[in-house]
Amino acid sequence: MAEDENDKLRRVGPLDYNHPVSPSAHSHARHHHPTLYGVMAEFANPSDLVAAARHTYQAGYRRINGYSPYPIEELSEAIGFTHTSLPLIVFIGGVVGGLGGFFMQYWIEVINYPINVGGKPYNSWPAFIPITFECTVLVAAFAAVLGMLMLNKLPQPYHPVFNAPDFALATRDRFFLVVEANDPKYEHDAVVALLKSLDASEVSDVEN
Amino acid sequence: MADEPQKPYTEGPMHTTAPVIDPGLTFASVTDKIGSIVLKRKTPLGWFIGFVISFALFQLMLLTITNLVFVGIGLWGVNIPVAWGMDILNFVWWIGIGHAGTLISAILLLLRQTWRTSINRFAEAMTLFAVAQAGMYPIFHLGRPWLAYWLFPYPNTMGIWPQFRSPLMWDVFAVSTYATVSAMFWFVGLIPDFATLRDRARSKPFQIVYGMLAMGWRGSARHWHRYEMAYLLLAGLATPLVLSVHTIVSFDFAVGIIPGWHATIFPPYFVAGAIYAGFAMVLFLTIPLRKVYGLEGFITMRHMHNMAKVMLATGLIVGYGYMVEAFFGWYSGNKYERYVIWNRMHGPYASYYWTLILCNIITPQFLWIKKVRDNLLVLWLISIVVSIGMWLERFVIVVTSLHRDFLPSSWGMYQPSQWDWTMFIGTIGFFFTLLFLFIRFLPMISIFEMRTILPEAEVEE
Repeated sequence: MAEDENDKLRRVGPLDYNHPVSPSAHSHARHHHPTLYGVMAEFANPSDLVAAARHTYQAGYRRINGYSPYPIEELSEAIGFTHTSLPLIVFIGGVVGGLGGFFMQYWIEVINYPINVGGKPYNSWPAFIPITFECTVLVAAFAAVLGMLMLNKLPQPYHPVFNAPDFALATRDRFFLVVEANDPKYEHDAVVALLKSLDASEVSDVEN
Repeated sequence: MADEPQKPYTEGPMHTTAPVIDPGLTFASVTDKIGSIVLKRKTPLGWFIGFVISFALFQLMLLTITNLVFVGIGLWGVNIPVAWGMDILNFVWWIGIGHAGTLISAILLLLRQTWRTSINRFAEAMTLFAVAQAGMYPIFHLGRPWLAYWLFPYPNTMGIWPQFRSPLMWDVFAVSTYATVSAMFWFVGLIPDFATLRDRARSKPFQIVYGMLAMGWRGSARHWHRYEMAYLLLAGLATPLVLSVHTIVSFDFAVGIIPGWHATIFPPYFVAGAIYAGFAMVLFLTIPLRKVYGLEGFITMRHMHNMAKVMLATGLIVGYGYMVEAFFGWYSGNKYERYVIWNRMHGPYASYYWTLILCNIITPQFLWIKKVRDNLLVLWLISIVVSIGMWLERFVIVVTSLHRDFLPSSWGMYQPSQWDWTMFIGTIGFFFTLLFLFIRFLPMISIFEMRTILPEAEVEE
């Protein structure tokens, strides 16, 4: 997918770390060079990635992210991302679904269209429970899926990290760590030096 | 980690029999092996033969439905007193088969059974396709299927609403929720694998299609964190859902006052029967599949043993259900209830009843023997026998209860017509058509979940 972009980058030539493209110094020349998204380091195994992520976090960088072919619990911990509001969204979905399901039936069977069935009360609530339950699960499940996609800002067809060399292997057997250029502590040479010291097999710039 | 010798993958005392996954596999080989079935490997000849046969049978279903819509359900053998016949028993049979998929993907996930990983994708697909077959039966049994949307509560110019006190309405909500949630669960599980296929695909159309389905998934740690949470919550929601669905299906019977249906044992007994039938179907499908595609490293003998054991356990619960049913009939002191049981064992459908006992109670007892669980051919044959037995169980429940009710003047007999059979065989064709397409175009084993259980996936700190 990112093949064309990579080719373009390769034609530009090897990345020049002595004259980095810093975002601030560069605004006037945007039409010549794309802006920098961040620096990406590539690792061969999950342990090196997690160790590197911890180091980078401890070095004070906060706008960092890891990329891996499967979920690694330690990784999201290492980059300081441990909280998600998804359970709350799902809980709200369930409550809305449950109340909505019950009162839909209540409104129909008691208020709008009351029918006497064998002398049972209009509000024969035990008979409404199965549908109430199903509505609870249905809305909560929608909340879980759509909530996850929304929080993850998916679908998102384009993202700068797809430009990084070898990034197609992030869905196979390679592990990546990115320090984003908008990190408050970001300073290009220092970041590159740090990542190079962390067992990375390759360190490269990622452009927007 | 790369310099050290790799530890054999251990997982506790259970692990002495067979590994969950071939210990020689790596991230790369797992990805390439499963991905290549879809992307690279030549489609086996067996696939084409199987697909053509299934697709031909699927045409039989379309033919039946076309005829049915023109003529009406008189085409089928149903009439008063047996108005439910094969349509409802096939509905229950299909939806029961679906339940094993959700059990494997959701309940075993919550129970942290890692062996589920290599069969959950496939079992979920089976669930979806089985529910699709199940859903068709009640709709065409309506007589005027083009008005099926009347079942949903929507404001209409007729000024009427559905009757929510009826188990048939519960069924509508249960089955449609089940289908929707299963589809979402399945799709969410597929997103990271779509990304894998997108990055591996060589041809433009595949890259575009998988790329769109992957929605830009890039394996970000933040995404994974939320993803795992969503997956876990979905599993937590699907678990009570699957139990509720077959409970509600059993309410279709148990809430009625027909002797032989009106029993409190029905919900648990139906759920156990559903899991029993479903595992039989998973075994029936995976045994040839792992052979044809060489997936023995992913679906190991451990899986076969475990599934056989689940089948044995649920088979025993089902056997207990039959016993309690007979006991209820006797203990009720009600002559109609007693007659139903007597009639099942000695009446015109007695041969169905005793074949059912043979298939569902006697046959699975062989699974106590380890040698039987080791022999794939025998296991495969047992899974077929159990599938037939579960079909007979629904036949006995639906037909024998209805054909002799309270007044001898309203007694009758039920004989499925040829169109009942073409519909049933047709849905089997449709089921396999979908399954063959799934095997060809989607990864039948969850690639990213397989990576998580590899020895090299462990983070060493």
